[in-house]
Amino acid sequence: MDLISDRGRRVQVEELNTTKLLAHAAKQTRDRKFDDVLIVDVDAHHYENENFGEILPFMENEVLKQLALAARSKGGRGSVLPSVPGYQDMGGRVTRYPLRSSEKTDPSRLRDAQLGERWMDALGVDYSCLFPTGLLNVGLHPQKEMEFELCWAYNRWVTEVALPQTNGRMFTQLCLPFGDPEGTLRCVETFGHRKGVGGWMVTTVRPKMPVYDNAYMKTYRAIEERGQTLAFHSGPSWGDHTFQSCNRFISAHALGFSWYNILHLTNWVVNGMNERFPKLPVLWIEAGLAWIPFVMQRLDHEFMLRPSECPLLKRKPSEYMREMFYSSQPMEIQDMDALECTFRMIDAENSLLYASDYPHWDFDLPSTIWDLPFLNDRARHNILGGTAHKLFKLPPRNEAQKQNLIKYGNYVEC
Amino acid sequence: MAEQFVGKASEFKDGDRQIVRIGEHEIGIFRHEGEFYAYSNFCLHQGGPACEGLTIARVEERLRPDKTSMGLHFTNDMNFVCPWHGYEYDMKTGEHVSNRKLKLRKYEVITKGNDVYVVA
Ligand code: FES
Repeated sequence: MDLISDRGRRVQVEELNTTKLLAHAAKQTRDRKFDDVLIVDVDAHHYENENFGEILPFMENEVLKQLALAARSKGGRGSVLPSVPGYQDMGGRVTRYPLRSSEKTDPSRLRDAQLGERWMDALGVDYSCLFPTGLLNVGLHPQKEMEFELCWAYNRWVTEVALPQTNGRMFTQLCLPFGDPEGTLRCVETFGHRKGVGGWMVTTVRPKMPVYDNAYMKTYRAIEERGQTLAFHSGPSWGDHTFQSCNRFISAHALGFSWYNILHLTNWVVNGMNERFPKLPVLWIEAGLAWIPFVMQRLDHEFMLRPSECPLLKRKPSEYMREMFYSSQPMEIQDMDALECTFRMIDAENSLLYASDYPHWDFDLPSTIWDLPFLNDRARHNILGGTAHKLFKLPPRNEAQKQNLIKYGNYVEC
Repeated sequence: MAEQFVGKASEFKDGDRQIVRIGEHEIGIFRHEGEFYAYSNFCLHQGGPACEGLTIARVEERLRPDKTSMGLHFTNDMNFVCPWHGYEYDMKTGEHVSNRKLKLRKYEVITKGNDVYVVA
């Protein structure tokens, strides 16, 4: 195969083989004996648009379904999902993007499951939470009915078609059509009991998202009662007016992921949602970690000056923030002292969850956690999987993992 | 120090690359503008296969004397890019182009007649 390089030059590369591409990751897995450590990846992705042929027929509304199917048919000129501009593949420098379609899989089994096993085995990941990619933009869709239909169809497909083919290695936090509060609750009530559903995901890429709106309280209560998680998954939205001053993708990307979590977490905390739903585990996904100390400092500072604006809070915002959960990727391993300080501030030993984000361009290996010089063994094990094991009730896959879970006080019957 | 046969120089065209293993060493050998360059194939970021990705010319932003930008342009300098996340290394030095202190281990390449060897 060849890739487009500078000035139209073509560069010959082999077709994609995930196992080969990640051979060095597999070496790290062997060298660090990751088989003995339960590793849960709370944020990994597939490209669900490759499965739209199977997903869209699950839409309920016949008129919207016809529109979606027609848009995707040969010669169809519509588009089902809003897209945002960007260059995640860096002009093909991250070769797994342009080469993705060249990878061979067995046509008799879901391709995503096979690709998933390849990268999970290489990274030493035991379980991964499967999130979509394009559907993270569903909150930009102007029709809330279409948002609901797409989430509904995806949730059905994931639970009825995809997860059953993953040998129990993948789980999900299903997509909530947050633009439609009633539809959101209906999803929780319909799919909440299904196998492999650990929780719920709200994509935070939206023009407006009042997480404090009374319309959502029933949904939060329903999730809390089920003992499931509520995850806010961030993303970039270069077209958002906030980022239209950014003339490079790096700027919109670096700020966008953090920004949406900063925004919605602030609203969540200030409105006392942690007080209202104290047993609801809330996850903030894919924004890195560097933003968290900043928000803690800002909110604590203003909370002391303006307590009358957030009377539901009985403690400082940072204290509630420490009790929520954060996915680790993309972890800013730059200033090690700052990172160590961040870990202390968020109580990482109990709040941080390893995430790879594979196959996206800025994925992190488990070694990014394992090799941190300031972590003790308990923290390493908790972050890589112990804390997620408790949250999602994922059983250890061998005796050594079980013994490590027991040793570090994480083991729960699953 | 072990010498490992890489290939015939006559069959190693400009723009080609080979990956060879010598014990624990994994080495990428490039031929660029007639010269051979050899570097460790373990990326300094997270250990990815640094030499197995795209080769692409370095990008620069050109400024006019009044400091206004003329936009982005390819230069004639070549980089090779780690395919995992995009670390870009200078073909001639093995240095990361944004931080020259980060440098891949460089290996010696020798030719004996038409035979190319890397030394590790
Ligand atoms: S491992 Fe090479 S760029 Fe990350």
